[in-house]
Amino acid sequence: MSGKPRLTYLNGRGRMEPVRWLLAAAGVEFEEVYLETKEQYEKLIKDGLLLFQQVPLVEIDGMKMVQTRAIMSYIAGKYNLYGKDLKERALIDMYVEGISDLMQMILMFPFSPPDSKEKNLESIKERATNRYFPVFEKVLKQHGQDFLVGNKFSWADVQLMEAILAVEEKVPDVLSGFPQLQVFKTKMSNMPTIKKFLQPGSPRKPPPDAHYVETVLKVFKK
Amino acid sequence: MSTKPKLYYFDGRGKMESIRWLLAAAGVEFEEEFLETRDQYEKLLQGGSLLFEQVPMVEMDGMKMVQTRAILSYIAAKYNLYGKDLKERALIDMYVGGTDDLMGFIMMFPFLSAEDKEKQHALIVQKATGRYFPVYEKVLKDHGQDFLVGNSFSWADVHLLEAILMVEEKKSDVLSGFPQLQAFKARISSIPAIKKFLEPGSQRKPVPDDKYVETVRRVLRMYYDVKAN
Repeated sequence: MSGKPRLTYLNGRGRMEPVRWLLAAAGVEFEEVYLETKEQYEKLIKDGLLLFQQVPLVEIDGMKMVQTRAIMSYIAGKYNLYGKDLKERALIDMYVEGISDLMQMILMFPFSPPDSKEKNLESIKERATNRYFPVFEKVLKQHGQDFLVGNKFSWADVQLMEAILAVEEKVPDVLSGFPQLQVFKTKMSNMPTIKKFLQPGSPRKPPPDAHYVETVLKVFKK
Repeated sequence: MSTKPKLYYFDGRGKMESIRWLLAAAGVEFEEEFLETRDQYEKLLQGGSLLFEQVPMVEMDGMKMVQTRAILSYIAAKYNLYGKDLKERALIDMYVGGTDDLMGFIMMFPFLSAEDKEKQHALIVQKATGRYFPVYEKVLKDHGQDFLVGNSFSWADVHLLEAILMVEEKKSDVLSGFPQLQAFKARISSIPAIKKFLEPGSQRKPVPDDKYVETVRRVLRMYYDVKAN
């Protein structure tokens, strides 16, 4: 068995993309298995690989991990991206959970009915600019450090970077009122592991398209 | 300033209930401030106490913590209910993720229309008996220990008991195919701190009623039109 973590998911972002980001940011190479058919998915279940019959699945360190948060926490803990003590971990968890709520809106967007898309896009823009980005703008402004927590690169920074880019894909000028976040984005983009992940040919997946939506519905259709 | 954690939420279960359970299981006394009016909520917002404009919020150890999962992880780690190493923590996180998903189906239940409630009731029972309970039944059967992870009482055990009791409120015989879970339920319920929490007069909240739903809607001006899964 290879020493590399192995990710099983669809060939697209979905709930696995934050995992790809975090492993990449930690400089960890990984393999991927892509679900394309319902039969593949049903076989995974039948073989007892999916604890709650769901993906993402990440095989790492002898474990078959499911539940995105559990997977992310493990990777962050293992690769020292989780702060130096309980209180820093608490801050990282708060920030990551908040960002995750924003990312959830983006995750669901491709699956919303056509007549709701405009309203949902407006909601994403509103939440990003009024609820989430102002928090991180303020955090960075107040301590003046490069990273969100403890003056050290952590899971929170990776998650925020992913969210900024994901929102920008939908709302290109979303950072116009957030000078700290603009600087943050540039700094993160220049970190070697993230820079590599942002280049073509990396495991980073493109924005979900109609084919991705179709595959999701086909594989998980009841 | 009191050294007890202080919980800010509605006078009802919602997302705060798992936190009440965990603090109680850890033997930690806590205070509560109940949101009843829109004004109270706006005051909290204006005071900058709610990082993402949301409750639950828990003041503890000099922090104003928000995000249920962050709060629970902090409490679990602080009171040694999070396993002994990274791998045990990973297991606990996975198990809690499952019970969290299950309780999520129940959490939205009171906000649904009568017709959707019927559908959701069936879904809750189906998920509990078809997806979640079999997992924990097997974990307990395979290792034969009293607790889910590492032969030691943890957050995962507290969360599973909470989920079991919640599903039983919807279908009282739901554990009939799960002998391990029946024994687990009896065992965990008899742990002194949990036994105390299960007694009348504790800070455990009752099954949400229409008044609770009305309060949440009034204070948050949200959740008027919640659809079933």
